Amino acid sequence: MIAYIVRRLLYAIPILIGVNVITFTLFFVVNSPDDMARVQLGVKRVTPEAIQKWKEERGYDKPLLYNGAAAGARQFTDTIFYGNSVKLFAFDFGRSDQGRDIGYDISTRMWPSLAIAIPVFLVGLLLYVTAALTMAFFRATYVDFWGVVMCVTMMSISSMFYIIGGQYLISKLWGLVPISGYDVGPHAVKFLLLPVIVGLVGGFGESVRLYRTLFLEEINKEYVKTARSKGLTEARVLFRHVLQNAMIPILTGVVVVIPLLFMGSLVTEAFFGIPGLGSYTIDAINSQDFAVVRAMVFLGSVLYIIGLILTDISYTLVDPRVRFE
Amino acid sequence: MPFKLVILWTDALVFVLLAAVALFALHVRRHDHLAAPWRKVARSPSGMAAATVLAFFVAIGLADSLHYRPAIAVKDGKAVYAVEVLSVFDKLAERLRTRKATTYSAPLATHRYTKESIELPDGRQVRDYPRLKHGGSHLRDPVADWAPDVARRCLYGIAAGSVIWFVLATLLCAGLARGGATDTDTVWRAIWRGGTEVPWRTVLVTLGVLLAVGSPLVALAAKYHVLGTDKVGQDVFYQALKSIRTGLVIGTLTTLIMLPFAILFGTMAGYFKGWVDDVIQYVYTTLSSIPGVLLIAAAVLVMQVYIENHSEQFETTIQRADFRLFWLCFILGIASWTGLCRLLRGEALKLRESEYIQAAKAFGVSEFRIIARHIVPNVMHVVLISVVLNFSGLVLAEAVLAYVGVGVDPTMTSFGGMINSARLEMARDPMVWWSLAAAFCFMLLMVLSANLFADAVRDAFDPRIRAARPFRLAARKP
Repeated sequence: MIAYIVRRLLYAIPILIGVNVITFTLFFVVNSPDDMARVQLGVKRVTPEAIQKWKEERGYDKPLLYNGAAAGARQFTDTIFYGNSVKLFAFDFGRSDQGRDIGYDISTRMWPSLAIAIPVFLVGLLLYVTAALTMAFFRATYVDFWGVVMCVTMMSISSMFYIIGGQYLISKLWGLVPISGYDVGPHAVKFLLLPVIVGLVGGFGESVRLYRTLFLEEINKEYVKTARSKGLTEARVLFRHVLQNAMIPILTGVVVVIPLLFMGSLVTEAFFGIPGLGSYTIDAINSQDFAVVRAMVFLGSVLYIIGLILTDISYTLVDPRVRFE
Repeated sequence: MPFKLVILWTDALVFVLLAAVALFALHVRRHDHLAAPWRKVARSPSGMAAATVLAFFVAIGLADSLHYRPAIAVKDGKAVYAVEVLSVFDKLAERLRTRKATTYSAPLATHRYTKESIELPDGRQVRDYPRLKHGGSHLRDPVADWAPDVARRCLYGIAAGSVIWFVLATLLCAGLARGGATDTDTVWRAIWRGGTEVPWRTVLVTLGVLLAVGSPLVALAAKYHVLGTDKVGQDVFYQALKSIRTGLVIGTLTTLIMLPFAILFGTMAGYFKGWVDDVIQYVYTTLSSIPGVLLIAAAVLVMQVYIENHSEQFETTIQRADFRLFWLCFILGIASWTGLCRLLRGEALKLRESEYIQAAKAFGVSEFRIIARHIVPNVMHVVLISVVLNFSGLVLAEAVLAYVGVGVDPTMTSFGGMINSARLEMARDPMVWWSLAAAFCFMLLMVLSANLFADAVRDAFDPRIRAARPFRLAARKP
């Protein structure tokens, strides 16, 4: 088991190097630091001196890969690739183009993101599984039919409409919670309530439909027929047999997103003014802060790979037929 | 020549796609085993209803993809063409496009939405709602004439709609009667009993509902702003119709661009195994481990820098916008091909062990010929299912990308752009709701029918494929 995890972690290294090379190519080779400086300083009427100064302040004036002017190992370390890409492996994110410490920003901003993402994740799992199981119980009746119609309609509506609709209905019309904002401590609840509800409603259609399919697949299997023919009640069949077996694909399917909960949701956070990592990323994109975007790309990839490893481990834990290889 | 054809990047690809679909359809018609699942799609009522709605959207999208520059003057026997690039759809909807109000006006309004100082003929000034320049300008007394005029135009619209419906229904019956060697009357009765194999009744009812809603809208649009106007006075109905093309292009071209990569790499990885498999797996794991929206954002930022530094390459704004749309499709394609690639690899792994492939190998058929002749045709159902499932996800993704600020060019109308510019209007007092409502209705109709059609296709081809998940921006959308 330990050896398996170690091997999986080692596999992650070349992938992270690949991610790094892609971001490096996108941000420094396809677009030279000169281009970035020009966009940041305004394309028209920009002097070469201003560009040079902008690059020096951010350490972008060094050569890309190989510094012939330096001596010894510094030929490789005193470059953009080392300073801005290799250092990411040590989670040293450096400074943003606005001069803020990215590592510090991330460590403070991940808590509001988690405050929304964890309730949405846990309550969502419970809610969606319950709804899907109810539909599976009433399969081939009007409850099931209209349930599916509702799910398909709900997944055809853009998440933007859920947010705008929720803000309008709950905040503006009924005045139950503030439209947006954030606070620390217990006061945060009233700000978090609406984003969590919107998140739950937004994910409803797609998840419930998927889980319903999983349940129905399980219901049609032989062992369920056996359980019924033994004379077990429908409720017992559903809860003891179908639910427990269908939970395997459901749980292993959601494990991959657990690490990504840190990243928060871009649109939700930006709409509700939550100072999490999602709105951090949006702000960086809007102000064209390449250093922050680069850091977030790297962080997102690391978390996704951790999620993949966790998925594989959970498979081997819940299903004894899967062996460590 | 009264006009000069302009073929934009995306136009060209749209027509390539159209040709590919036509060729594919011809190919399918000739082979009975390929046509069988399509007949199953045609038997699904929800699928056919969705296909009818989609056909409307596609017709508008295609009309909006034929671009030209009209001639404005003739100089020394040579025509001088306008800078503005128009589409056939723009020409058809010229009234909607050119007749702008100054600012917000409610749907079907005759007066502006906000009060303003108006100078009366005798020189006095009053604060009142000014008349609109175009919306209901033919009414002499807007208060008394408005309701009867709207009702009359609605009736005209419905009358015209019914005529169109009857013509189409009669043509359909006549066509079916010729094919089935019976008379039109029998076919007509069979359709109303629901006794035809293809659910034509559903198609005709859907068509009827579409015409009943659409034709009054068109009839009213001649003299009013049916869905109101936005902040700069543009007709919202026109914007919603223009957004259709953007949505369709993003939903289809993205897939067209990514398909060759996914098919080639997916089948190669599964068929060859060994180091080819390792390399391809490495590439798609790396790409898919970058969160989708961030990869897109990063690439669009880079492209923006490119456009700003090479602005001389783009003659007109529409060309620049089109270039951006093209790249957006390309980037979305790169971000979304990995899922299909993984699926195809799995399929190819299974197929390579099958007997007919072994037989082909024993005959000495070359490796690439085996892939092209035996593997690819046998994984096409997976490709098709993921193409139709991807469509709705991509249309929805466009709205999110527009909000993040990495969507289509701001000068190009899109659903995302409409939502984005309208979202703050909900906070206005009195509220401006029509832009958002129009975007909501058109988008819901488009995505819902795409989803229903996709379900019908999936059920017909392979009901077990669940893993071909629609394209999503993040691993999960909380």
